[in-house]
This record gives sequence, structure tokens and C-alpha cells, in this order.
Amino acid sequence: MAFPGLLNYWFVVILMMIGFFIVIAHGNLVKKIVGLNVFQISVFLFYITMGKVDGGSAPILAEGIEVYSNPLPHVLILTAIVVGVATTALGLALVVRINESYGTIEEDEIGAMEDDA
Amino acid sequence: MLALLVVTVIAAVRSTDLFAAAILFGIYSFLTAILFMDLDAVDVAFTEAAVGAGVSTVLLLSTLRLTGRYEQRHKHSPALPLVVVGLTGAALVYGMTDAPDFGDPEAPAHTHVAKRYIEDGPRETGVPNMVTGVLASYRGYDTLGEVFVVFTAGLAVMMLLGTRVRGGRSSGREAIGDLLVLRVVGKVLIAFVMLFGLYVQFHGDYGAGGGFQAGVIFATALIVYDLVFGEADARRVMPHIWTERLIAIGILIYLGVGVAGMLLGGPFLDYSKLATDPVKGEHLGILLVEFGIGVAVFGAVMSIFNAFSGLRLPSEGGRDDV
Amino acid sequence: MIFQHLPILQILIPLLAAPLALLLRTPLLSWALALVASWASLAVSVALLLRVLAEGVVVYELGDWAAPWGIEYRIDALNGFVLIIISLIGAIVVPYAKRSVEAEVQDRRIYLFYTMLLLCMSGLLGITITGDAFNLFVFLEVSSLSTYVLISLGRDRRALIAAYRYLIVGTIGATFYIIGVGLLYMSTGSLNIGDLARLVPALADNRTVQAGMAFLTLGLSIKAAVFPLHLWLPNAYTYAPSAVTVFLAATATKVAVYALIRVVFTIFGGVDLFEAFGVHTTLMMMAIVAMFVGSIVAVYQGNIKRMLAYSSIAQIGYIILGLSFDSVTGVTAGIVHLFNHALTKGGLFMAMGCIALVAGSVRLDDMAGLGKRMPVTMAAFVAGGLSLIGVPLTVGFVSKWYLIKAALEQGSMLIAMLIVLSSLIAVAYVWRVVEVAYFRDPPDGDTAVREAPVSMLVPMLILVGASVYFGIDASTTLDIAGAAAAALMGVGG
Repeated sequence: MAFPGLLNYWFVVILMMIGFFIVIAHGNLVKKIVGLNVFQISVFLFYITMGKVDGGSAPILAEGIEVYSNPLPHVLILTAIVVGVATTALGLALVVRINESYGTIEEDEIGAMEDDA
Repeated sequence: MLALLVVTVIAAVRSTDLFAAAILFGIYSFLTAILFMDLDAVDVAFTEAAVGAGVSTVLLLSTLRLTGRYEQRHKHSPALPLVVVGLTGAALVYGMTDAPDFGDPEAPAHTHVAKRYIEDGPRETGVPNMVTGVLASYRGYDTLGEVFVVFTAGLAVMMLLGTRVRGGRSSGREAIGDLLVLRVVGKVLIAFVMLFGLYVQFHGDYGAGGGFQAGVIFATALIVYDLVFGEADARRVMPHIWTERLIAIGILIYLGVGVAGMLLGGPFLDYSKLATDPVKGEHLGILLVEFGIGVAVFGAVMSIFNAFSGLRLPSEGGRDDV
Repeated sequence: MIFQHLPILQILIPLLAAPLALLLRTPLLSWALALVASWASLAVSVALLLRVLAEGVVVYELGDWAAPWGIEYRIDALNGFVLIIISLIGAIVVPYAKRSVEAEVQDRRIYLFYTMLLLCMSGLLGITITGDAFNLFVFLEVSSLSTYVLISLGRDRRALIAAYRYLIVGTIGATFYIIGVGLLYMSTGSLNIGDLARLVPALADNRTVQAGMAFLTLGLSIKAAVFPLHLWLPNAYTYAPSAVTVFLAATATKVAVYALIRVVFTIFGGVDLFEAFGVHTTLMMMAIVAMFVGSIVAVYQGNIKRMLAYSSIAQIGYIILGLSFDSVTGVTAGIVHLFNHALTKGGLFMAMGCIALVAGSVRLDDMAGLGKRMPVTMAAFVAGGLSLIGVPLTVGFVSKWYLIKAALEQGSMLIAMLIVLSSLIAVAYVWRVVEVAYFRDPPDGDTAVREAPVSMLVPMLILVGASVYFGIDASTTLDIAGAAAAALMGVGG
């Protein structure tokens, strides 16, 4: 199969899954956001890996360069990075507020507090 | 390289010291940025380093300051998450098997839409950085949406964490302490950073850079000032109400350029109408729009920083209700 | 000139209003601006739909770059219809929100609230009107981020948790969506929806494309609260401020379903997916489970907002059921229910907002005797409830009727009966409220009529009235939905 040609992609998938795992398996609200970020960043890696062209160089017009790598994934990911950090900022602000209200940022403890309520 | 990334991430997962996890995350992000460089994505690398390794890590640390450093040991079995992750991973692997080889220049991704951006982009937009050309012109509407995301986030954090400084003002000496070294180095550093920010902003069409990166860099300069010289002085330079207003102003600049294109006869965001020579018009539009982005991003990052840093722990003094 | 720029005005108006509302800073002015912007948007969306019905698909190229190199708006009967849903609800919620928000959000923050609401509206409109798959993501995030914040403004501290959970789940959904777009781009090189529709059929056996479809569908299903990915919804609806719940319940999931329709029927329309993967049967089963589970769980809720939230999950099940029939009748049923449910749930949650304002609680136990104390509100609630059940003369009936028709067309008596059965369960949960409100005495025997303010009653009555009006005369909505369905299915062949 096309294994060697796709090695980079396999790695990216592994990174994605680790990130995804952190988000859903951990109960600490901040850790979840870290996981979310790792997940997203590995998706960015996926796109950028897709954009690379053999023997290409950065997509800025320059003398003597014939082959360029694909600028479109770069553009998309620039946008995605910003969206990602926006989400992180929002998420962390929520965590700070939750901590103020509940005194904890562990999902289990919060759940327990709500069940007693 | 990739293996290094995996190792870092796994370390971050297993660590229950969240401070360490945050730093490891910063390293992960930075390594990714280096990888991006290797994959020819210079603008992306720049942004990832500034925004991912920079802003995100700082935000994480600011949060941890307020919420506590350690994570509880987990009692649940990871069985269900593992199953979900396993299925998802399997689906992805399945999908990848038909993918074009890494780097293949004949892949559809490179031969269809992107071809024009590379071959005609610099000529049609007047800008040699193809990424800037696509970002600010061909897909300028996407970028507008992105600026609105920044707007929303800045606003959201302001709404959640309050727009006033809580717990009393800190005078010029507070934040890091009154060290002569810091003040001297700080002054030089800040000036240099600002200059660099300007360079990135206005040279972004020729080299790597552009509005987002510039906005973040500028904000960094001001944040350093805030940390070294204290909040009160920083607020005199840039009052909080202005950071709020700058976000709106930056966006209005962007929208304004778009509307100008409309008034001059083209559809929204058509820059070619802005000058008699359509290519010059494109170039002008791109510069203006990038400037708007820079202003808006600066305002947003400052607002977010102010919101997070304005909070005090109960032990550090009272908290006004917001 | 306005005419030619109509499509962009749809987005530009709320988009411009948002930063302006931020600069205006006072509660009253920002509310007034939101009012003007939302009504103007409604006018634009009506004009747009009329144009689409007259001329066919309307295209607008942003930046004057033709697709697929640039981003284009592409408006047909389907999204023209959805645009109206969003702007209509927006236009009705803003007047309603004035008193509701004043009671539930601090004065200092009210201008931020309206700015956020305008952003959310822009995001939702942006998703609906765009013809570019990645652009959809960007506006999806604009609407999502603003939604998370709006939810978190609820008075109960559980609003914060609900917002956080929704943020995590929603971002996972958005990331899945982006993975899907990436996979599709990898195999086709395009991001434009129309272009993808053209290129995908030839690649139907390509595993990357198949995986792409899976991720796109999963991501959007999370946002649309399709069972079993609906877990974020009940808490989000329950703890958000009343006006926010009204707006969200009537728009957010509808837009996500619209996006789902676009992916499944437009992009993958040329592929005989439904047969190939048993997607059709899986969706149908999930929908039926949603219909029942949602309704049954609703019966046991003590918090009426939460009850209505579970009811929404069931109603989304009906919509998905209609889509899974893969026939013009079925898809028409699904589309028309987007509109009908928006009216019904919007009205119901408005009633809940009135109750929250006057009675101070949304728990069933606290609603004793409300039929006497708040006659107008409760009457509206009953009307909405009847529509949920699907009683004739309400919009709910129209949707169910078409669903049953679609089932019978495919020869499935069983499904038709399941539809009726689940509707009967709705009777149970509506009756609970009616019983407490009308047949129990108010506490302290206090029968004085104290209704919600007129600014809240009128919008509520408009929505409820519409749900009756369009139930009696459904020809317009059915025509539009039918045209949309035919266009979609026409692509699929």
C-alpha cells in the first residue's frame, strides 16, 4: 500500500487522537482545553502536510524559484489558528468564572455539587 | 521530528502538574511551528509561534494562576473514551489510505483551484506573498469572518471577566517588582518589538507577516510594558476603553474598505475599484485591510490580557462584583 | 444598486451593527440599533427569497472573484427559506428581549449582550448564505462563540457549566467538520460547495471522500443535536437567559440541520449514498429513537424549560426522519418543519420567559394556578403545546401530515404509526403543564392577573399566531419547502 508515502499522515492521525483523548477522558477543565488545542493543532498539521509540494518552497514569489508549495491550506490554517485561540480564550475565561462559582475545576467535583443541589 | 511531537504530547497528557502541562503545550506548539517552516508554511509558522505558543500558553498560565496548579487523579476508567478515540482514529486511517502521496505535485489539491493562486496571484493582486494575496483578496471574505471571530472572543472575555480592574489599582511598581534591570531592558525591548511589529504589518505582503501577527506583536510590546512598569502606567498609555474601541475601529476599517468597493461599482470587498489601475487597487485594498486586522487584533489581545490580569485572587485583595 | 447587492446586505447589516452597538455603549441605544438591524435583515431576507423564487438561484461573488477561486454566496429556495427563519426570529426576539434582558442581565453589560446577539445573527446568516465549505466553518464559529457567551449570561451558575460543555462539544464538532473539509479538499482540490457537488460523484469510491463525508456529517450532527450527540442541548437551553433560549431554540439547530442538508444532498447528492451505506436506515433509526426518547424524558422533567428542551430533541428527530426518507415528500416535511418548529418552540420559550419574569420560576411546581394569573401567556403555551403534539390547525400538524404521507409513500405503515405514537407522548407532557396551570389553585389563593409586559406578550402572540396561521394556510410554506426539496432531489437524480 502507499504506506511510506503516507507516513507523515499516520503521525498526524496519532497526534489528533491523543489530543481528542485528552479532551474527552480528562476531568480537569483546563486540561480539556489543552487537549482541545492539541487536537486542533494536529488538524492544522494535517492541512499543511497536505499543502507541501516536493521540491517546492514557501509560496512567496521570488527570482529563480519555479516550484511553490500550495498557499491555500496556509490561508485556511491561518484562519483556523486564530479561531482556535479565540475559542481557547473564551473557554479559559469560562473556567475562571466556574472556578469562582464552584471553587473547583474538576468535572467530578462539580457534578457532585450539582447532584446534591 | 514528528516523533518528538508525540513524545511531548504524551508527557503533557500524563502530567498532573498543570503548569508543566501548559509549558509542554507551549513546546508542542513551538515544535509544530518549526515543522510548519519545514513544510514551507512560513506565514503559518510565524502565526502559530506567536499565537499558539505565545498567546495560548500565556492564557493557560493566567488561568492557572487563578484556578490552581494541580489536577486530580482520575478515578474513571478510560475505556469509553478509548473506544471513541479508537473508532475515530480508525475512520481517519481508513480515509487516508486513498490519499495522494505526501508531496505529490499532481495531487488534486495542487492542480485545481490553487494553481491560479500560484501562477496568477502575484500578478492579479500586486503582491508577491501568495498567502497574503489569497488571505486578503481572493478569500478576503473568510478573513473578514475571522476578524469577527477575534471580535467575538475579545468581547466574550470582556463580558465574562469584567471590564474593570478588580481589587484596587496597582501603582507603578507592582507587577514584577521594581528591578532596574527590567526597566532598562524593557524600554529597549519594547521599542524594538514595536518596530518589528510595524515591519511585520507593512511588509507582510512581500515577506511573511501581515495583520494578525503584527497585532499580536504590538500587543506583546504593550503587555511587556504593563508587566514591567505596572498597570497604572500601562493604562495611561492605553486606557481600557480604547482597547475596546480599537477592536470596533479595526473591524470598521475592514468593512469600510469592502463597502468602498461596493460604492465604486463592484461587489463587496472588490478592491480593484479602489484605484484606476485594478492591480494597484488590489494592493491598496490589501494593505488597508491588513491594517484594519492589525488594529482589531491588537485591541482584542489587549482586552483579553486586561481581563485576565485584572483579576485578583481573594488573598490579594478584595474583588469588586462585576 | 441595493437590489444588486441584496445578498451582501443580508450579512452586512447585522455585521456593521455589531461594532456600532459596541461603540454606542448604552442599553437603550444598543437595543434600538439591534431592533433596526434585525428588522432590516428580515426585509432583506424576504426580498431575497422573492427574488430566488422569481429568478432561480442567486449568486453573489465576493471581491469580484469567481468561484471556486473566490468565495460566493449561493441562494436557492432552501437557504432562502432558512434565511427568513433566522431573521424573522431575530426580528421578533429583539423587541421581546428588551424587558427580559433588563431583568436577567446587568445594566452595564446590556450593550455587550446586543452586540453579541447581532454577532450570533450574523454568524447564522453567514452559514446559511455561503457557497463555500470553509467559509461555512468560519461563520459557524462566529455563531458558536457568541452562543457560548450568551448562554453563560444566565443567572444560575449552572449556565457557566452548560456553556463550557457546549464549547467543548461544539468545538469538537467544528473540528470534525474541518477534518471533513480537509479530506474532501485533499481529494478534489476545491472548497466550493457547488464545485464539490460536481467533483464528488466521480470519486464516490474514494475512501478519503467517504471518510470526509463521515466527518462532515458527524461534526454537523453534533451541532444539530441529532441523537445521540444531543447531550449539550438540555442544559444549554435550560440555564441560558430566556431571550437567548428563544433565539437559540428557534435558530441554531435549524441552521446546523440546513448545513447537514447541504452536505448530504448537495455535495453528496450525486452519489447514491443512501443505498450504498445504509445511511438512510441508520439516520431513520436514530431519528425514531430521538422522537421517542426525547418525548419520554420530557414527561419526567420538573423544570419546564428543560422539558421543552427534550421536546426539541424529539422534534429534531422528526426533521431528520423526514430527510432520511430520501423522497421529495420526506424532504419537504423535514424542511417545512424547520420553519414550523422555529415558530412553535420560539413561542413556547417566549411564554416561559414571561413566566420567568412574572412568577420568578420555571418549575412545574411553581406554576400552580397560572392559568388564572397569566391567562394570555398560558393560552399561548397551550397553543404551542398543541402544535408540538400535532393537532390539526397548527403547524405541527402540517409537518406530521407530510411525514406520514412520506412514510406511506414508501409503504411503511409501521413508521407512520410510530410517528403518531410519539406524538401521543407529547400529549402527556403538555397535559402535565395544563393540569397544574388550570386545575390547581394558585398558592395563597392569589388570583390577581399579573401578566408579562406588552413588549413581551406581543412578540409571543405573533409567533403563536403564526403557528396557527401557517397551520391553517400552509400553502406558502409548503410551496417553498417543496421547491427546495425538488431542487435538492433533482441534483441527486
